[in-house]
Amino acid sequence: MAPKCITLFIVNKAGGLIYTRHFSDPKHLGVNECLRLASTFHSMHAIAGRLTPAGPVTGIESVEADTFRLQCFQTPTGIKFIMLAEPMISNLDSLLRQIYSLYSDYVLKNPFYELDMPIQCELFDVKVQDLVAAK
Amino acid sequence: SEVSLSAFCFLFSEMVQYYQTRVNTTQELEKKLAGAGYGVGARMLELVCFREKGSKRETRIVGILSYIKDNIWKAMFGKAADALERSTEREDEYMIHEKEPLVNTYVSVPKDFGHLNCASFVAGAVHGILDSADFGARVTAHTTQLASETRTTILVKFSPEVMERERRLG
Repeated sequence: MAPKCITLFIVNKAGGLIYTRHFSDPKHLGVNECLRLASTFHSMHAIAGRLTPAGPVTGIESVEADTFRLQCFQTPTGIKFIMLAEPMISNLDSLLRQIYSLYSDYVLKNPFYELDMPIQCELFDVKVQDLVAAK
Repeated sequence: SEVSLSAFCFLFSEMVQYYQTRVNTTQELEKKLAGAGYGVGARMLELVCFREKGSKRETRIVGILSYIKDNIWKAMFGKAADALERSTEREDEYMIHEKEPLVNTYVSVPKDFGHLNCASFVAGAVHGILDSADFGARVTAHTTQLASETRTTILVKFSPEVMERERRLG
């Protein structure tokens, strides 16, 4: 069975969670927990950037554990796309880039979306669901 | 001769946001969008007729509507409209159906906006075309359901003078 994606988080440049999407049963994560998780990750990402001894700063890109894998893609504008998935999954980076492409289309070109606000665009939901299901 | 879809959609999105700050209801927003489309339509008719170089001026209702559905739609959106239909209940009403209007490609209307359809811009363009071609009409855009799929319908209601003229012409 191909390893599955569990959850997608999108965090704005201030550290606030603007989008959560669970692809399988989210038994253990409530809404408030997700918010806390996102802001904590945002801070850790910034700290990791400060701790880097040399070279260009990229922040935390991937966290691997026995039971999960967390991949983070940070855009030049400060938006973080975080994907939580099963350990053996591959190509999470390219998947996150495709989700970024969907974001720039269906969220940013939507006249009813305000920047840095929670994302409530139906088309974006549908497209993300289709993309992850196809993987 | 081709424009980037992204560039157009950003411009359209800004236009919708601009009007949103100046209206209070969704009906007013649709009216403003239609007003913006009106000028585009009037100019499109001149341009497309000129580029075609030597066709006859349309004088019949079915003629002008087919012209809009095929030629104008191809010039504006790159493909003909999905369908043209005459209303069965009223003889002065015609409908142009479009499954996914180009202007709505990236637009998701929030639930609390009701039945707003940004294709009102396209309806305004059709209104401009019909006025320039001397077919007075009221044109509106509606979101309709057809077997669990939503599609956009542009409803054209011709004025009594046009219907009278049509009757005279046979």
